[in-house]
Amino acid sequence: MFIAEMEAVLSATKGPILAASSGGGHWEELMLLRSAFEGFQVHYATTDLKIAEHHAVECVHIIPDCNQDTPLKSIICFFSALRLIVKTRPKVVISTGAAPGFFCILAGRLLGSRTLWIDSVANGEELSMCGRLSTAVAHECWTQWAHLSCENRPAYKGSVL
Amino acid sequence: MILVTVGTQLGFDRLIRAMDDLAVDLSLPVLAQIGDGEYVPRNMTFQPLIQPAEFDELARVSQLVVGHAGTGTILTAAKFKKPAVLLPRRASLGEHRNDHQLATAHAFGSRAGIFIAMDEKDLGKMVTQALEFEAPLEEESVSRHELQKSITDYLHRWG
Repeated sequence: MFIAEMEAVLSATKGPILAASSGGGHWEELMLLRSAFEGFQVHYATTDLKIAEHHAVECVHIIPDCNQDTPLKSIICFFSALRLIVKTRPKVVISTGAAPGFFCILAGRLLGSRTLWIDSVANGEELSMCGRLSTAVAHECWTQWAHLSCENRPAYKGSVL
Repeated sequence: MILVTVGTQLGFDRLIRAMDDLAVDLSLPVLAQIGDGEYVPRNMTFQPLIQPAEFDELARVSQLVVGHAGTGTILTAAKFKKPAVLLPRRASLGEHRNDHQLATAHAFGSRAGIFIAMDEKDLGKMVTQALEFEAPLEEESVSRHELQKSITDYLHRWG
């Protein structure tokens, strides 16, 4: 009984994890995967406070939105991600995309976190650009379509839909 | 009620105009989230942006979701087990940066409950088919459990 209680206490304090995702579909996918984080202390990073509130997410940090057509915003986003990693010191950074999530992966990698990129289920014909970058940058890069897996970079480990 | 959405970012006048034309003949009321589109509907209720909580509630009580081929639309329809009619945005018409939505439509088009209108002229036909669709009984998503378990295993190893 005592050992089980201790295990419960220890596993409840595992982490922290940083789960990062832009708003919209990427965030919806992350929310569908939330139960996988049970037992871990989780920080969330996203681009829109309202959607975080809608899902009753408790520990959320807002980072600037950006995409491949906004290089200046992307630089700002990357530095915001770096500050966030320094502040939260996650053991693992997980992202379902898109570019803001990728910058959290990049910042996490640079600062010693383990990093896991999960390409959006929207990308059924080829990996997204950030997904392709993640095959080089992230420790693990997963696709949600089995036919897109390639020698584990990316690997197929299941899909939200 | 039919819920129409163009997502929360760009307008999509081609879809809104087509649904506005169809709304005259549909027996169900139509409510549209039109983003920053320029076309002003005459035959359906609309607003630029519906807040997430209200959007979910509308999806829950709707008979059908019609939208651009974005994953948010697909996931919302799946969450509430509603059929979805999707019209992909096209880069050639300036509706999106690339033809990513065509790829999404291709990837999901064969799933039960998802109806793709490749052209706005097909919307009427797809809406009719979708309204006749009966959602199957709830089934556990095996692939989602698989992904959740893979994530948990990874976190236990490195977290």
